[in-house]
Amino acid sequence: MPVLRIPTPLRVYTNGQSEVTVNGSDISEVLTDLTTQYPAIKPHLFNEGGELRPFVNIFVGENNIKDLQGVSTAIRDGEKLMLIPSIAGG
Amino acid sequence: MLPELSRDEILRYSRHLLIPEVGLEGQRKLKNSSALIIGTGGLGSPVALYLAAAGIGRLGLVDYDVVDASNLQRQVIHGTSTVGKLKVESARDKLVDLNPDIQVDIYNEPYTSENALRIARDHDIILDGTDNFPTRYLTNDVAVFLGKPNVYASIYRFDGQVSVFHAKEGPCYRCLFPEPPPPGLVPSCAEGGVLGVLPGTIGTIQATEALKVLLGIGEPLIGKLLLYNALDMSFDFVKLKKNPNCRVCGPNADIKELIDYEEFCGVPSHDHEEGSAGAGWDITATELAERVKHNHLKLLDVREPHELEISALPNAVNIPLGQLAARLSELDSAEEMVIFCKSGSRSARGLELLASAGFKKVKNLKGGINAWAREVDTSLPVY
Repeated sequence: MPVLRIPTPLRVYTNGQSEVTVNGSDISEVLTDLTTQYPAIKPHLFNEGGELRPFVNIFVGENNIKDLQGVSTAIRDGEKLMLIPSIAGG
Repeated sequence: MLPELSRDEILRYSRHLLIPEVGLEGQRKLKNSSALIIGTGGLGSPVALYLAAAGIGRLGLVDYDVVDASNLQRQVIHGTSTVGKLKVESARDKLVDLNPDIQVDIYNEPYTSENALRIARDHDIILDGTDNFPTRYLTNDVAVFLGKPNVYASIYRFDGQVSVFHAKEGPCYRCLFPEPPPPGLVPSCAEGGVLGVLPGTIGTIQATEALKVLLGIGEPLIGKLLLYNALDMSFDFVKLKKNPNCRVCGPNADIKELIDYEEFCGVPSHDHEEGSAGAGWDITATELAERVKHNHLKLLDVREPHELEISALPNAVNIPLGQLAARLSELDSAEEMVIFCKSGSRSARGLELLASAGFKKVKNLKGGINAWAREVDTSLPVY
C-alpha cells in the first residue's frame, strides 16, 4: 500500500505519525482514506467546498500532482507520497 | 572588471583559492558581489556569518527587531551581551569582527512594499530568512520584479525547506504556494517552537546555494525543493515546475506591482506574540485578576499538555486547540469563560471556534499566560 509522509505541522492530527499507510489507487482515494483514518486533518487539507486547499502540495515520488493529473493522479503500490506544507519560520 | 584581492585577502581566502571551482577569479567575483539578507534571526544568523566569512563584498541586513533572550537558543550571530540591542547592529558588529574587509549595510526597518524595491534593487541576490508569510510573499514578488534570485528557506520544529526561486530560469515561490494558508492554520515558531540547531543546518545550506549562484558553479536548487527532517535525518528532493497560471511570473501574470501583503495573508508581518481576539473579545491579565476575585470564571487552557509543565493557572481546564472542535460537548456555553494559551494567538482562534459554535460568554486572555506571568503572578516563568 502507498505510504504518505506527514509533515511536522500536521502530525498533531495523525497521532504523531510521521508516515501513514493509506489505501487507494489514486490521490483522491488515498486522501479519502487518510481523512477517514484521521478526521481531524481534513479541514487542513480541504476547504469548505471539499476542494484541496491551494497551499497544500502533494507529491508522488518527486512530482507535484499539480504537474500530473491532480487528485486523479494514479499511484502504484508502495509509491512514496509526500504532503508538503507551507511553513514560514525563520 | 573584477576587483583585485589584497595580500591580506589572499591569505584570508587561501582555502577558497585552492579550490579550482572558486580560485582567484571566483573569490574576486564574490568580492564584487552583494547579497541582501531579509531577517537576522535563526536563518539570517548562519547565512550572514558564512557569507561574510566567504568574502561577499557587500551584505545588506534587514531587520527592525531587538535581540531577545529567547532568540539566543538559535540566533547565534547575537549574544548575551547584545540582548536589548538592535538586531542589525548586533549582527553587523559580529560580521565586521569576522571580516573587516567587507561592507555591511544595515536597514533597521520592517521590509515593506514601500521600501523593499529600493532596498533590494542594489543587490545581486536575495536571501529569504523571514519568519512570516506576508514578508515571504513580498520577498518573492520583489525578486521576480527585479529579476533577482531568491534563495528561500523556512523552518518549523524539525522540518526545513530550501529552494532557489529564480523566475528567469525556473519557478518562483508563488508557483509552489499560490496562496498562503488561512490565518492560524500553520503555527509559527513562536507558537510551535523550533529545534535550535535546525536554522543552522538549513541556513548553512541557504548560504551554500547563494555562493553557488554568485560563483556560477554546481547545480543550484532551481526547480528543486529540498525537504529536510532532523528527526528522521532525511533529505528529500522534489521537482518544482513553473506554474503557467502563476500570478506574478506566469505568462498572464496579473500582479504587476507590490501589494498589501498583510491583507493578502490575513496576518501581520511578524510572528510576535501578544495575540488578540479583537475589540470586545479580549480581557487583560490585570482585568482577569480582578474578575476572578469576585466571580466564578471557567478558565480554558488551549495549550499542548507539555506546556503545562512550564507554567499553569490553577483550576484551568486543558483542551489543546487541535482537540477543541471535537470536545465542545465538555463545555457549557452558558458559563462565563476565559480562554488562554501561551501568548493569546491560539486562544484567539479557539475563541473564534467557540463563538461560531454559539458560545457568547467567552473572553480571550490578551497576551496569554505570559502576560499573566508578567503582570499578575511574577513567580511564573515567561517562555
